[in-house]
Amino acid sequence: MYDGAVQSLIDELGRLPGIGPKSAQRIAFHILEASESDMIALADAITDVKTKIRLCEICFNVSEHKVCAICRDEHRDTGLMCVVEESQDVIAIERTRTYNGRYHVLGGAINPIGGIGPDQLRVRELLTRLQDESISEVILATNPNLEGEATATYLTRMLSPVGITLSRLASGLPVGGDLEYADEVTLGRAFEGRRKLGETL
Amino acid sequence: MYLSHLSLTNYRSYEQAEIELKPGPNILIGANGVGKTNVAEAMNYLAVQHSHRVSNDHPLVRIGQTQALARGRVHRGEQAVSIEYEINPGKSNRVAINRGAPQAARQAYGIFKAVLFAPEDIELISGQPDIRRRFMDDLIVQMRPALGDARRDYDRVLRQRNALLKSGRKPGSWTDEHESTLAVWNEHLARAAARLINGRLHALRLLAAPTSEVYAELSNGNKPAGFAYQSTVPMATGQHAEVPDEAVLYTAIVEALEEAYQSERDRGVTLVGPHRDDLVVTLGPAPAKGFASHGETWSLALALRLASYRVLAKDDPNPDARPVLILDDVFAELDAARRARLAEMTRDAEQLIITAAVSADIPPELTGTHIPIRMREGISSSGEHLESLDSLKLTEANYFEDAEGSSDE
Repeated sequence: MYDGAVQSLIDELGRLPGIGPKSAQRIAFHILEASESDMIALADAITDVKTKIRLCEICFNVSEHKVCAICRDEHRDTGLMCVVEESQDVIAIERTRTYNGRYHVLGGAINPIGGIGPDQLRVRELLTRLQDESISEVILATNPNLEGEATATYLTRMLSPVGITLSRLASGLPVGGDLEYADEVTLGRAFEGRRKLGETL
Repeated sequence: MYLSHLSLTNYRSYEQAEIELKPGPNILIGANGVGKTNVAEAMNYLAVQHSHRVSNDHPLVRIGQTQALARGRVHRGEQAVSIEYEINPGKSNRVAINRGAPQAARQAYGIFKAVLFAPEDIELISGQPDIRRRFMDDLIVQMRPALGDARRDYDRVLRQRNALLKSGRKPGSWTDEHESTLAVWNEHLARAAARLINGRLHALRLLAAPTSEVYAELSNGNKPAGFAYQSTVPMATGQHAEVPDEAVLYTAIVEALEEAYQSERDRGVTLVGPHRDDLVVTLGPAPAKGFASHGETWSLALALRLASYRVLAKDDPNPDARPVLILDDVFAELDAARRARLAEMTRDAEQLIITAAVSADIPPELTGTHIPIRMREGISSSGEHLESLDSLKLTEANYFEDAEGSSDE
């Protein structure tokens, strides 16, 4: 045990994801030895994130303003909506630069073991948006794992009666990979989702 | 196929062992409790990824260690592949194929195929249904590795669905939200269950004829052996000359789930699906469980295993793809006539692994590589190969001298 402030810093750091007691100790001592201005900048960054950043009122993506940059962007196609689990997924899709619609962040996936049902997700908000905004297509981009697939199934059941075009991200082979290294499930999905050649994209 | 090398690190009683093996019969010989079965178990692990003796991996790791390694060099014709399992109890196991980067263990299904018969297999007939479910699933996973994923998917959906049912079990806690999510899990459960049941029924259809053949050969019996799948999904119950396809099963499972709705709500668990199905083995008109004698039970269990071997061998007709047959401590239980018959029936295996306490238990027809297994200070090791049974008898004599010598200390 170290004296008061050092120990409490180690304890706090140790609660962060992916950081065990040894790493926490190393980081704590790094902070102790580093220049004061650098560490105050770090402390400020943490404070800023907690005070300034909030969730966008429309899509629930992290944002510095009431409405995030994507929802404010007038050049975006307001008829398209991509439903994702977490804010990180928005960033991932944005990096592709192929999608020009808006988003809706659910805040997780249906997971009864973790006590998460549709009520804990922003499903009601999604339905409200679909009523208010003129959206023609909803793209379900939840993770291709069991919980994500279940969430997509749930949303499909909810949204089908609304009469909006629904689509699900394709799953299949990674680009630049080798067929022989693909696992059976992925390869099987790629077969199921194969596309006729010659159709216009 | 055959194993040319088995390497064990912190596996049960082995600290570090390198065991060379040959095609043909390999006879592991040593006194009781020196670690022969551990070798048989490890070889089977390379194929089915679980022990035949225990339901979890904890006992496989040497006491005081956190990880066990089991590596085998698998030969299939001209081709050789090395597979190394990291057994991490409580965490996910990994496998390195040809010394590559470790990946999820399921990637190695189907590389090595083996059928093990052990004294524990008597439970196949007299034990609980989970043992027979595992028997069916081991068979289908070796035939169709992709079904390993179906089983894993099924287990996951099942856990989620059970969690949902449980969370709404208290009176008044079941909400519309529960109701609508349950419909989603029904869909996913039925899809995974249909794949798994379809896979099992296909395997059983292939297994039926060889089982009764082998049993007849083993027993000279007057009673025919058979079996039927007993399912929580009514249409899957029975013997199927034509296996219902997945779409048909899917619909049937959804219906069965709807029918079980109230009792599932009351009990808070999933009552329909392959996790509650069973295989009913019959002898003549009666179920074997509770009716068959000890000898009949033993022969039936052996018949199921040898039949699985034949199914696997037929499934991939390339002679280089035949599974390795492992007989753990089997001959001691059989009379001379049955020993000879078993030796005859196992002749076409490319590699046969046999464990025995004394060489007298091994039928004289089965000559091959003899590997002595010893134990000193609680740690097992394997010795140099012995060329003939005479040198083996000499070793046995020495062994007993050793045993006497150590008791003097």
